[in-house]
Amino acid sequence: MKTFDWRRVAISVAAPVLAIAVSLLITTLMLVVAGDPVGDVWRVLLKVPLPRQIVQIINEAAILYLSAVAVAVGFRMNLFNIGVDGQYRVASFAAAVFAGQGFLPGWLNIIVSILIAMVCSALWALIAGLLKVWRGVSEVISTIMLNYIATYLVAYFLKMTAVKVEGSNATNTRNIPADSHVPGISVDWLGTPNKIYGLIVLAIIVGVGYWFVINKTRFGYDLRAAGASETAAVASGVNVKRMLVISMGISGALAGLVGMPLLFGQDFHYGDTVQAGLGFAGLAVALLGRNNPIGMAFAAILWGYLDQLSNGLQIGAGVSDRLVLIIQGIIVLSVVIAYELARRAKLRMDERTVGKETGALKAPETKAVAA
Amino acid sequence: MVTQADRSGATPTADLAVELHGITKRFVGVVANKNIKLKVRRGTIHAIVGENGAGKSTLMKILYGVQQPDEGTITINGQQVVMKTPTEAIKLGIGMVFQHFMLADNFTVLENVVLGAEKLHGIGDTARNKIRQISHAYGLDVDPDALVAELGVGARQRIEILKVLYRGAKILILDEPTAVLVPQEVTELFRNLEGLKAEGLTVIFISHKLDEVLSVADDITVIRRGTTVAAVDPHTVNARQLAELMVGSALPNPQTEESTVTDRVLLKVRGLTLSGGPGRRPLLDDVNLDIHAGEILGIAGVEGNGQAELVEVIMGMREPTSGTVGLLGRDITGLPVREIRASGVGYIPEDRHRHGLLLESSLWENRMLGHQTERPNVKGWLIDAWAAQADTRRIVQEFDVRTPSIFVSAGSLSGGNQQKLIVGREMSHQPKVLIAAHPTRGVDVGAQSSIWDLIKHARRAGLGVLLISADLEELVGLSDTIRVILRGRLSGTFDPDTVTREELGAAMTGADGSSAPTDQEELA
Repeated sequence: MKTFDWRRVAISVAAPVLAIAVSLLITTLMLVVAGDPVGDVWRVLLKVPLPRQIVQIINEAAILYLSAVAVAVGFRMNLFNIGVDGQYRVASFAAAVFAGQGFLPGWLNIIVSILIAMVCSALWALIAGLLKVWRGVSEVISTIMLNYIATYLVAYFLKMTAVKVEGSNATNTRNIPADSHVPGISVDWLGTPNKIYGLIVLAIIVGVGYWFVINKTRFGYDLRAAGASETAAVASGVNVKRMLVISMGISGALAGLVGMPLLFGQDFHYGDTVQAGLGFAGLAVALLGRNNPIGMAFAAILWGYLDQLSNGLQIGAGVSDRLVLIIQGIIVLSVVIAYELARRAKLRMDERTVGKETGALKAPETKAVAA
Repeated sequence: MVTQADRSGATPTADLAVELHGITKRFVGVVANKNIKLKVRRGTIHAIVGENGAGKSTLMKILYGVQQPDEGTITINGQQVVMKTPTEAIKLGIGMVFQHFMLADNFTVLENVVLGAEKLHGIGDTARNKIRQISHAYGLDVDPDALVAELGVGARQRIEILKVLYRGAKILILDEPTAVLVPQEVTELFRNLEGLKAEGLTVIFISHKLDEVLSVADDITVIRRGTTVAAVDPHTVNARQLAELMVGSALPNPQTEESTVTDRVLLKVRGLTLSGGPGRRPLLDDVNLDIHAGEILGIAGVEGNGQAELVEVIMGMREPTSGTVGLLGRDITGLPVREIRASGVGYIPEDRHRHGLLLESSLWENRMLGHQTERPNVKGWLIDAWAAQADTRRIVQEFDVRTPSIFVSAGSLSGGNQQKLIVGREMSHQPKVLIAAHPTRGVDVGAQSSIWDLIKHARRAGLGVLLISADLEELVGLSDTIRVILRGRLSGTFDPDTVTREELGAAMTGADGSSAPTDQEELA
């Protein structure tokens, strides 16, 4: 009996690579049709990034990765948490307000603030989770709606708690005391003064924890079973409703971490300039990375890379940097198609192996019904 | 008694309604049909028999234009044809009655029949008269204005047949038509088929129930492992010989040995009732039963009479409206499924794809399913992958699960091997009571006999079994006691050694007077 099958691994890797290649091809066609300078665009986008950009890419990837893992926890049991955006907004605001007060000294302040962020974010996500379990409201609808509510609710409270800064119109929460700043990681050897967020450790801890819990624990097994087949999970004794609530809560708690590296490493306050849309980018990264802890890391880096290099598009090629959004969109679409093809290829491969080695007949009837 | 393949060889080709020659169909990696030879004489009932997975369904799909053969020729009424879609098959006069009815419940018979064939006779009186005429000509007894929701299974099947005739079919293919019928309805169906034959139509009848085939067919073709192995005359073979042709070897037998029933009650169900919602009859109605150590209690019944609900309530997947379930003197009513399973109730679900397996997960992960809190699968909160894999290998060995590896997905195994994996898994946790719903449905004869052996073996060791099955032979052969479920109520006790199929059939439809045989519509 074989424990490792290279062909399976090859299929798994081939799918995303193929999807990316196809999306580059489609983008090229689009540029040609639009009469844009194809060569210039790719020269800008496929350049080796400068040291400064590498740091930026890593920083952005870390944040996207946190967002992607939050989404992936839901995906693993067919739960679409579209509300990461609203969740991290609520969390960042709550943490910023608390940390700004400086009740606690230094690191203690940071740790407690992060916990507050996770709890607030989880509670916000649980609204959608409980609505689904109690009232059957689709979490897709409720989390999208909760995003709007979060945006305006936080804006309202921000106005109430904001502090006036001399010579500025910005609306911010009180700045976090200097002893609670997380120092960046210096990468002078790369030849840039820019620093990597200290809280990148959160991304690493979350990634390892996610891998361990999903693959190595009973809870992870129950979660995967519920995602693979709700009926079979129920029959096996999984309380699917409880799992729904718990995984929504975990997804929300992780979403709360998305804003932390920025808050404690760069901004030191929550203001009206906070970056939006990280939740949606997380969805894309989770899809591209197949909810796999390592796959999502690669996907997050790719996303960060495209974002950073797109900054040069306007100057270098005379094309809007929004082009990258199109490329990312096409990647996601091709990826979804490629993974479905890969899934079927794997199933066929299994059937063929079984058929060959046991001589048993199995007409593909189950699939015909599903199709 | 048997001539190889070519019994009707003497028949002039002109008299053949259907002739298949050298039909081969490959799916990726497997050959579903291989060099199929079939000659169906016009105006006869021709049975095609073979065990599950032998390739009958694929053959029928080829005949009905759903799939195209890779090799070979199809000749209809002396003319070689290529059918790319079912529409083309219908044009050639071929009609198919599927095992699962495709009727809209909230439509009348007329509406169902004309649906998709509006151009033939319109949707009004012309169509209505046409339906009456067909119904009368073939003795189908179908009222065009009846609502389908109010009709029973037998009547629904006649509508399906009528639908096909309405579209002008002269060759009818019936896929396992008796699977959903009780014995009395089967007799009636066969009368209808004789009627069709008398009017010069040709019927191709797919089945694996040999008694029925022998009583109705004019010719029989046997399929084994994807190829036609024999064409036989039903008058010169008996069921046993036919079965041996089908299997290719000697036969399993569900016969029980001497009783091992003890007086120790394992599972005690009292007054179990499950409401069907306001204004509807209850799904389960005051069900009482005892299962003793070493006893197999068989539950017979037409599907949809509360069997599934009974299992779900016992397993804790649904909460009963009232009543109790006791296991070894402990009240387990309303406990979570996990606790019930862990306290010694094994479960072979009716639908293994929906309830028994994670089809896209590996065999060893499926070995954990339903026992993911028990050793060897876990140690505390952590999965013990190594031990679970080792134990999966043991199950694969001991229970003869044919697979190249324990890492392939469960969905890629054949039905019989999937079922053996499930049985092996459930037996590996020392169950005290086994709830087995249709344990051998859709599995090949080899797997069937080994599953029967396993159940019998466990029974000798003191296991109590609740056996729910639609296969009367299986019920009579395995059970120590048989009870019949009808509209959520359990009948009295039948002794499998003395009961006849007719008695069981009567109890299953309520024709024995135990309850009025009305509201058949509730079966749906």
